[in-house]
Amino acid sequence: MKKRILLLALSAALAVTSLTACGGKKKGSDGLKIVNVSYDPTRELYAEYNEVFKEYYKDKTGKDIEIVQSHGGSGSQARSVIEGNDADVLTLALAHDITAVEEAGLINSGWIEEFEGNSSPYKSTIVFLVRKGNSKNIQDWDDLIKDGVDVITPDPKSSGAADWAVLAIWNYAKNLYNNDEAKMKEFLGKVYDNVLVMDSGARGATTTFVENGQGDVLIDWENEALMTLQEYPDEYEIITPSSSILAEPSVAIVDENADKNGTQELAKEYLEYLYTDEAQRIIGKNFYRPTNEAILNEYKDTFNLSVELCSIDDFGGWDKAYDDFFADGGIFDQVYQK
Amino acid sequence: MKMAVFKRQKSIIPGFGLTMGITVAMLSLIILIPLASVLAYSFKLSPSEFVELITRPYVLQAFKTSILCSLIAALINCVFGVILAWILVRYNFPGKRLMDGMIELPFALPTAVAGITLTKMYSNTGFIGRALEKIGIKAAYSKMGIIIAMVFIGIPFVVRAIQPVLEKLPSTCEDAAYMLGASRFVTFRKVIFPEIRPALLTGFGLALARGIGEYGSVIYISGNSQKNGTQVVSYIIMQKLNSGSVDYEGAAAIALILLIISFVMLFIINILQHIASKRTNS
Repeated sequence: MKKRILLLALSAALAVTSLTACGGKKKGSDGLKIVNVSYDPTRELYAEYNEVFKEYYKDKTGKDIEIVQSHGGSGSQARSVIEGNDADVLTLALAHDITAVEEAGLINSGWIEEFEGNSSPYKSTIVFLVRKGNSKNIQDWDDLIKDGVDVITPDPKSSGAADWAVLAIWNYAKNLYNNDEAKMKEFLGKVYDNVLVMDSGARGATTTFVENGQGDVLIDWENEALMTLQEYPDEYEIITPSSSILAEPSVAIVDENADKNGTQELAKEYLEYLYTDEAQRIIGKNFYRPTNEAILNEYKDTFNLSVELCSIDDFGGWDKAYDDFFADGGIFDQVYQK
Repeated sequence: MKMAVFKRQKSIIPGFGLTMGITVAMLSLIILIPLASVLAYSFKLSPSEFVELITRPYVLQAFKTSILCSLIAALINCVFGVILAWILVRYNFPGKRLMDGMIELPFALPTAVAGITLTKMYSNTGFIGRALEKIGIKAAYSKMGIIIAMVFIGIPFVVRAIQPVLEKLPSTCEDAAYMLGASRFVTFRKVIFPEIRPALLTGFGLALARGIGEYGSVIYISGNSQKNGTQVVSYIIMQKLNSGSVDYEGAAAIALILLIISFVMLFIINILQHIASKRTNS
């Protein structure tokens, strides 16, 4: 019995400390604090960027600010903000997740025009990560439908990366079969028939492929693949398919929260500063493609710039693409659910 | 207690009003209101939408997987739970206390940590998974993986349900049975088992209920492949919530069905338990 009581007391103490930890919001040294709710793979990018921005802001205004980061699957992060997570800025994997927050009334419409390049200060694309030697000789999307190729990719119903991947596959199949939709669906279905493990998010899929050694090929964010390669240079190779998609992770100010917290100006500055040369170089260094063409060129050895990229506009924008492909009964359900 | 409710007589033990008030408030805040909101959300769907959603093949498949795997896991837990409880109660050996404490670890460990660790161990590159693969068993990323995770999280329920009953059962009963000429098996079947049966049913029910709704430890090891039928119901619910369209109604509808299934199962088990305890007490 005593043990039980001790356990209870311990858990109560834990609960209290975690509550107070959450309760300590909005207490930067000068009372200025912004919360950036982001998706999974941007951890390292924002860790570096936040330091640089803090310094810049201190030089400019003399004020110390605090920046709080939060990371998780893009869709679930959007939901947490809808449910009351007090984010001042959102930096998610795709525009559709920000639109969901807009529809909940927290972001003013027209946010996508607020910052340059569809409010997307950095781009990425979808590539393959294979084990060193590439024993299954995977070179392009059509190699993924071959028998005996085990594919790892996250669930398009919950992962931003997987959404971009489905569209990239669709674009490839469209060119291959000359717009014959039945054949395109068959192709997409065959790729997903080869999927061995479907994690709910991109980081989970990377863990499955890298740590647990599952599958022959991981369909992945270019930035995640490059980072994995940096960590394990002798174990993996990146294969860039002949065509892919220009992924535009979007950023937005959560107007409702920012107005309430009095951080609207700071939030705007925080996101605008992402477009400066200094920030664009941090972006390039963290394996995201800078929007600034000149700086992108400085990193031309990192990225395969010759790959042919389609864009979300080819699918009629994210809202239409989401309804067509990922809503219940959409194209993805049609090919995957049998 | 019952007397106090019905007769409005002043109970000798003070504080009934206060404790009852706290109980009702806690039950409402923590259990009843959240459950009612699940109901409210799912009723936002029209009946035809509701039926259409929960009869979609992938939803049905997930229910099948969850129920089947948690049933098997609960059965496995019953067998090993009895053995574990038996060892802990009837024998003395070094490290017994430690082993007794370890039983509760699955309660304390965050389920996600358990899930990730189990996956690493049981995948074909892991320490246990590699050995299993040699004899042709694929543990992680299959239904077997789901069962392993559910056995892990369910075992304490069975052990902790049976232990006190075994402790109360004097070993003289077994001695008597032995002296009356019963074989060991007959002793177990006729003397011990009827005593622990009600507790075993409780443990089974708790382990089953826990397994059916389990999320954290299962999603990593299951692989979540629709094709292989390794998506569990809790995964489908999270998928609905995490998708770009944030489908609360759909998630609530599936959760409601899960709730009803768990409720019915626990209800049946309670009836069985009632019958079983009547038999042993009479």
